[in-house]
Formats: sequence, C-alpha cells, structure tokens
Amino acid sequence: MRLEPKTAPSLIVTLLYPVAAILVTFAITALLVLAAGASPFSVFFLVWKGAAGSQFALLETLTRATPLIFTGLAVAVAFRAKLWNIGAEAQLYIGAVVTVVLGTGALPLPSFILIPVIMVAAMAAGALLLLGPAILKTRFGVDEVVTTLLLNFIVLLFVSMLLEGVLKDPMGMGWPQSSRVIAEAQLPRIVQGRRLHYGFVIAIVSAVIIWIIMKKTALGYEMRAVGHNPQAASFAGIPVNRVLMKTALLSGGIAALAGFSEVSGLKGNLTLDLSPGYGYTGIVVAMLAMLNPIGVVVSAIFVAGIFVGADAMSRTAGVPSYIADVMVATSLLTMVVALLFTRYRLRWK
Amino acid sequence: MDAFEILLSASFWVAAIRIASPLIFATMGELICERAGVLNLGIEGIMTAGAFAGWFTVYSGGDLWTGVLVAALAGAMFGLLHATLTVPLGLSQHVVGIGITLLATSLTYFTYRLLLPEVTSPPKIEPFQPVAIPGLSDIPVIGQALFNQTPLTYLAFATVALTAWVLYRTPLGLAVRAVGENPSAVEAQGISVTAIRIGAVMVGSALMAIGGAFLTMSAFNSFFFEMINGRGWIAIALVVFGSWRPGKALIGAILFAAFDAYQVRLQQLTGGVVPYQIFLMMPTRLSAKQLRY
Repeated sequence: MRLEPKTAPSLIVTLLYPVAAILVTFAITALLVLAAGASPFSVFFLVWKGAAGSQFALLETLTRATPLIFTGLAVAVAFRAKLWNIGAEAQLYIGAVVTVVLGTGALPLPSFILIPVIMVAAMAAGALLLLGPAILKTRFGVDEVVTTLLLNFIVLLFVSMLLEGVLKDPMGMGWPQSSRVIAEAQLPRIVQGRRLHYGFVIAIVSAVIIWIIMKKTALGYEMRAVGHNPQAASFAGIPVNRVLMKTALLSGGIAALAGFSEVSGLKGNLTLDLSPGYGYTGIVVAMLAMLNPIGVVVSAIFVAGIFVGADAMSRTAGVPSYIADVMVATSLLTMVVALLFTRYRLRWK
Repeated sequence: MDAFEILLSASFWVAAIRIASPLIFATMGELICERAGVLNLGIEGIMTAGAFAGWFTVYSGGDLWTGVLVAALAGAMFGLLHATLTVPLGLSQHVVGIGITLLATSLTYFTYRLLLPEVTSPPKIEPFQPVAIPGLSDIPVIGQALFNQTPLTYLAFATVALTAWVLYRTPLGLAVRAVGENPSAVEAQGISVTAIRIGAVMVGSALMAIGGAFLTMSAFNSFFFEMINGRGWIAIALVVFGSWRPGKALIGAILFAAFDAYQVRLQQLTGGVVPYQIFLMMPTRLSAKQLRY
C-alpha cells in the first residue's frame, strides 16, 4: 500500500471529501445515539434547534464561537508555519490575567482608551508567553510541542495561585475568583439582554486581518514558505528563525485575545473554569478550517453550535452532552483523513 | 518533623512509589512509541480510557486482572487507530495525537454517563491490596516502599526491566530502535517499518492504559472525571528527561513522584506560607530543562 500524489485535484473532489468527512462523523455519532437508546434524527434535529433554532440559540452559538475563533486563528497561524503551538490554553489565561489586572480599576481611563490598552497588553503577554518556547526551539532545538503543552499546566497553576493570592476577590466569599472588571473595561453587548458581545466583532475583524497578513503580505508568504519547507525557504534567503519568532508573537497574541474577550465581554471576572479547553478545541477549529483564517470563523461557529446544541438536546433527549465532544473529536480525525485523500490517492500494489 | 526528616520517613517513600507507578507505565508506553519514531500525544486520552475500562470491568463483576487486561485492550485499540492514521497514512502525529486524546476522553465520559446515569457519588470497587514480600519488606525506610506495594506497582517495575531487555537485548528491540533512527535502513533489510511501528504504538498505548487503570484500581477505588490530570503530558516530558532510556526514565518518574509527595508534606510543614502551586510547578520546569531533541 502506498500513497500517490494527485496531479491536479479537481474542485469537486476538494469539496467532496470534507463533506464526506462530516457525513462520516454524523454516521459515527448516530451509532452512539442509538446506543443511548434515542433516535439519531430527533437528536440531530434537537441539536440543530438548540444551536440555531431561535434568535436566542443562534446568539448563544455565536457567543460560544467567539473564543474559539481567537484560539482557532492562533493555531491556524502557528500551524501554517509548522510551529506546533499546543499552548493556546495558557496564552488565553495569560490574556485573561492581564485583563483582570488592568481592568479592575488600576487604570482610571475612559472606555475607548482603556479597552485598546488592555487588548494590546493582553496580546503582548500572550505573545511573550509563546516567545519562550519559540526561542527554545530556534536556539536549542527544544521541541515546542512539549514546552507549550506543559506551559498550559504551569500557567493554570499560576492563575490558581493568583486567584488564591493577590487577585482574590475580597468580596468573593472565599471562592478562588478575581474581582469584576470595572464598567469602562467591559465590552458592550451587541443585542440588549443577550450575551453576545463585541468580542465577536473583534474576532471577525481579527480573522480578516490575519487573512490579509497570510495572503497579501511578505510575512505571510514567508510563514507559508517556512511551513512548506524550511530548508528551501532558508536557501531562498528567508530568515527562518526570525519568521518563526514573528509567527509565535502573532499566534500567542491572538490566543490571549480569547481570554481578554471572555473576561471583558462575557464573564466579567477571572475564574479557573474560564475556559473549558478552548485552547485545545482551537486545534480542531483550525484543522476543520484547513488553516484558512476565514474558514476558522465558519468552523468555530460550527463547533460552537454542536456544543450549544448538544447542551440543549441533552436536557430534553437524555443523551449525555459529551456526545458533542465525541462529534468534535471525530470530525477532527475524519477531516484530516479527508484532506489527505484530496491530495493523494491510495494504491494497493 | 523538619524538612529533611521527611526524606527519611517510610511513609514518604511509600507515597512516592505509589505516585510513580502510573507514571512508570505511561512513560514506558510513550518511550516505546517514540523509540519506534511515533510521538503519541493520545496518551492523556488513552490513560483516561484505560482508567475507566479497567474500573468498569471490575465494577460490573469482573476480576481485577481481567480489568487490567480490558484496559490494555482498550488502550491498544486507540493505539491501532493512532498508528493507522499516522504510519501508513502519514498524517501529522501532533494533530492525530490531540485528536485521539479528545476522542478517547470524550468517548469515556460519554460511556460513563451512559452506563451510570443516576450516580451522584462515584461508585467504588475493591481495589488491588498491598502484598508484602516476606523478609524484604522489613528493610527500614525502602522496604515498605519497594516491597509492600500492590501487584500493579510490581508490574510497573517489571515492565521497565522487560522494556529495557527487549529494546537492548533482542532482535525485535533492535528493529524497533532502528525503525525510529533510520527507517530506510530497516526497509532495506526487508523488515516492514509499518508493521513494527503499528505494533510498537499498540503495545505502548496498552501500557499507557494500564497506567490509567492503576489510578482507578490501585491508587483509588473509583473513576472521576479529569482524574488523569495531566499525568500523560508529564510522561511525555519524562521520556525526554530520561533521554529515551527505560532506566533513566524510571529514575525520572520516581524523582518526579518524590517531588510530588514531598511538596504535600512540605506544605503541611510551612503552613501555607509558600503557595502550594509553586511546589507543583517546580518539577514540571525541571523536566522541561532537559527537553532537547
């Protein structure tokens, strides 16, 4: 058995395989729903209704998609240059810490200055956090998968330490949570009385900016070149290490915005369960989008819809809501296989 | 008791070896995979699946060793999935590994909720009990730690010896190491790189799953969500710490576990002056220092 590159994959094939991957995912999930003793069609309908069946559901899905767009973009940017940033979770929390530190009254500024200041500071913190592993990789050849992965735990413990120490809310009845950010540091809601906030708009704008950087600038070209073949890029005169550093700064910065937008737009304060693994789900989001920044928006909304819909479904249909996690993980694996077969065909010798 | 006396107490070393046991299984599993040239990031999820599979087998009436076997089989199945995607299909090991972790974890939680919908507190099983080895367990300090543990801990140490023996003393081990170092040379010898890698990942994943099962069947007696708690990732770091050698990795696992056991006791001693998170962070950084590929 061997893989043979396809010379020119047709447009139909390029679209057909990802669609097939989603269908296979639904088929596998349907089996699990049957095992749970429910009807797959009614369960999928309930998921759809819970995710997009009403204005409330749709806005809730977009709210949940917001942090996923940021982490998905962070992963997409890094993976494009083959910088394996598994640490978006840590960068998210650092962004949230900065938001809380600056946003709880330390800077008495009007909203239109304070929010940009916090955003820049959060991005800088996230960027610096990923710069460490990037320097270790380019200088000493330390594997960034392991360093970024372990940093997730170190940062989470660090946050836990802050929440039980200097950042602890004196009015929090002893819970490990920070004080709430002041009104000037909060992102306004888009629709009155709903949870969707302007973090979503920032996420969309970020996606467009990243798309422009990746497609239209020299840096984007260099990042793609380094990702395709670092040796060839180096021979062509591209400073590979410097490009990897820039990639790390960009990726870490965007991931930190996820933490900023969750605290400033949605939760108002920092707790240890701020992110139910948005950093890791960001990897799925980026892969489903084939690392395309605009695609990240679509796939983040898709993934968020599955989570929000499954929550609503499990309340009525009695199928455990973990079915959403299974679906998302399965779709990641089927999608990478599908993408392989758009470029290669299998030959049985 | 002062900070130094802790190191001489038998209970400290008993705890250290107990904490080390799941790490030893997981580290050996990851080491075998990486020696064959496959980085298995599915480890965290595979350990979760093993922890549940083993525990549930016993909970539903199976015997303890059957539970270990079922856990190993569950691990091997996820290993087969990982290896199929990464070896013959050549997909990114990082992406597939994360995917396997997400899949194994979520499937486990889904199954747990499905099979035990109504439980509020996690049901308990009768776990492995410590078996004292006559004579040896009477040695002061280390006797209790090394020779009065559960059978799974003894199995962990046996696994290290067996892994080292197979890797360095048998033709199979030579093939595994060669597949990791220079696959083309192995292919030229007429040995199938694909078969060796798939086999290594399956065996390695089975060991990771037993490491998970240790937690539910020996260290504790029930299954909790999030109970693996990053032990898989620690194992990946320990493989690097041990420079891909079973003996060194074993020492790393025990050192790490000793650190873990020590910080709990030191916390009681310092009475919360130093945040406990500082102690938890230290060993992680320690191993990251060694992370040179």
